[in-house]
Amino acid sequence: MDVSKDMMLEMYRRMVRIREFELAAIDLFKRGMVKGAIHAYIGQEASGVGVCMALRKDDLIAGTHRSHGHNIAKGADTKKMMAEILGKETGYCKGRGGSMHIAAFETGSLGALAVVGAGIPIAVGAALAFKMRGEDRVAVPFTGDAGCNTGNWHEGLNMASIWDLPVVFVLENNQYGVSTRITNSCKIEDLSLRAQSYGIPGVRVDGFDVLAVYQAAKEAVERARRGEGPTLLVTESYRFEGHYAGEPEVYRDRAEVQEWRKKDPIPRFRKYLLDNGVATESEVAAIEAEIKQEIAEAVKFAQESPQPDPATAMDYIYA
Amino acid sequence: MAAVEKDAVSLGVTKPVMSPDLIVQVPPGVPAEEMSYQEAIREALREEMMRDPSVFLLGEDIGKHGGAFGVTRTLYDQFGPERVRNTPISENTIAGTAIGAALVGMRPVAEIMFVDFSGLAIDQIANQAAKLRFMTGGQCKVPMVVRMPQGGGAGKSTAAQHSQSLEVWYAHIPGLKVVFPSTPYDAKGLLKAAIRDDNPVVFLEQKFLYSFRGLVPKEDYVLPIGKCDIKRQGTDVTVVASGYMVWHAMAAAKLLEPEGISVEVVDVRTISPLDEDTIGQSVRKTGRAVVVAEAVRSYGPASEWAMVIIEQAFDYLKAPIVRLTGRFSPVPFADSIEKGFWPDTDDVVQAIRKVMAY
Repeated sequence: MDVSKDMMLEMYRRMVRIREFELAAIDLFKRGMVKGAIHAYIGQEASGVGVCMALRKDDLIAGTHRSHGHNIAKGADTKKMMAEILGKETGYCKGRGGSMHIAAFETGSLGALAVVGAGIPIAVGAALAFKMRGEDRVAVPFTGDAGCNTGNWHEGLNMASIWDLPVVFVLENNQYGVSTRITNSCKIEDLSLRAQSYGIPGVRVDGFDVLAVYQAAKEAVERARRGEGPTLLVTESYRFEGHYAGEPEVYRDRAEVQEWRKKDPIPRFRKYLLDNGVATESEVAAIEAEIKQEIAEAVKFAQESPQPDPATAMDYIYA
Repeated sequence: MAAVEKDAVSLGVTKPVMSPDLIVQVPPGVPAEEMSYQEAIREALREEMMRDPSVFLLGEDIGKHGGAFGVTRTLYDQFGPERVRNTPISENTIAGTAIGAALVGMRPVAEIMFVDFSGLAIDQIANQAAKLRFMTGGQCKVPMVVRMPQGGGAGKSTAAQHSQSLEVWYAHIPGLKVVFPSTPYDAKGLLKAAIRDDNPVVFLEQKFLYSFRGLVPKEDYVLPIGKCDIKRQGTDVTVVASGYMVWHAMAAAKLLEPEGISVEVVDVRTISPLDEDTIGQSVRKTGRAVVVAEAVRSYGPASEWAMVIIEQAFDYLKAPIVRLTGRFSPVPFADSIEKGFWPDTDDVVQAIRKVMAY
């Protein structure tokens, strides 16, 4: 595969950035400094990074309640992200959204929609506009496995397929919708088969392998850009944390989680980079140190930022 | 003229009271043509599509077929399948597709065949379109319109799932604008305003009014969203109404003229954001109020208007407010039980007499 060293190091950097960002956010949460919930993407970083590295800046993603990773993978700034999680005016959404709605429009977003499946039709609409205007841009809605049982998902895949729209539907199978195992909510085990109902390609890929995800995403994105229509891309991984940070996880054994954690995409890619001579130990260590520093600064920035002025409570309701 | 009201007969009035001259909005001398409410909506769509290439339509059967009520008829032939886009029966994704297109700079106008079907689209309209700008801290705007026919008409209703008046579903959601025109003139000017608005606008069309005719100016015009319209000036009592109920209010006002009762009719042609000041001002002047809505009674629009009157004009009231609404029931089918479901001219006349006699 033709992936440059720089690109691979950037993939590693973004994966580590997502991981460190979320560990820091969970730490803040456990110290009682974060309202609401943190839905961590830990374990799934290779999926978002592999997909977003295959996109241009002017391609647009639609996120979910679990989209810290998607935003960072697309290039979002961790200071503005952390500030949003703490409900600060300096956050991407000026503290109006919080963790579930972080969306960095400056790096190509259609928003983070926290009703499962809701981003699917919205991405279809953006793709329709691209096609009507003759632009070669692509829209990429992310959904978890449980999202593929929503009406949004089926209606959206159908509409994109009949109009050959430039959409890559990324279905991130992390095995659980809150507490419900996907095998208890879908009759079929290979979710990519659902593409057949819509007459579009369905691709299933190891979601712990960033290069495999990147390769599959690149093909789907190029197909969409050529005007050949949508693809369903299923990335298979696992949600290492609970549905939200601190969730009791009564529905699964610790042993099961420990077994899956052995597949952690970050040490795996680190080992790949070293074993294949792509990078040296000191190069990857430098990236890790640089990210740790960046995240510490993001936390500091977020903590020192002000909350929105109460006088602005009615802002942004209407344009 | 579609509506020769049987209500007139029950009042002992033999002449038809629902004639276009009940509401005259175009001053003499202004070049105008007579058209129906349905045609006025179509002309607004046509003109905006000609003016702005980012405007396009999507919905079920809106192409050659022209939609369930023929509103988009001929537009397909003029603008083609790209801009008059037939969709599958997927209400939620029709609305969501409009949002996505709006987010990247288009001005989509979605049609939901009946407001009753919009329950299937309500997540996209109420949770996504309405909130995206706010919850992203103003990073985006959602300039889209969702057109939805609603309501019924005595002897014309099509039972429980095709005749409801559901404006409060949407008026209850901050971030949405809800528009409900009562005349061809208003329909055209408000739809053009809705299409040019940078916010998601729910545009409700009263189905029984589609055939109502009236004068519409030939020149381009837009009407303000967010304002009530005083359809008739009066000094004794204010009737606050919207949609088809405005016609009943106007007919009642005309019938009571010979008795020396002067009725002011406030048309709430934008349901949300509600122009509270115009309602308050009118009732402070007249001191009496009747609120009339086609929607069912509990938690309905008429209740909201009555509360505005209490807040803004309590000290001026000479009589308790009378509230006329649809019956709190699913819309029935058989004529015998549909009769009396909605307020009519007779009801408005009686309500006005009641507040005058208090």
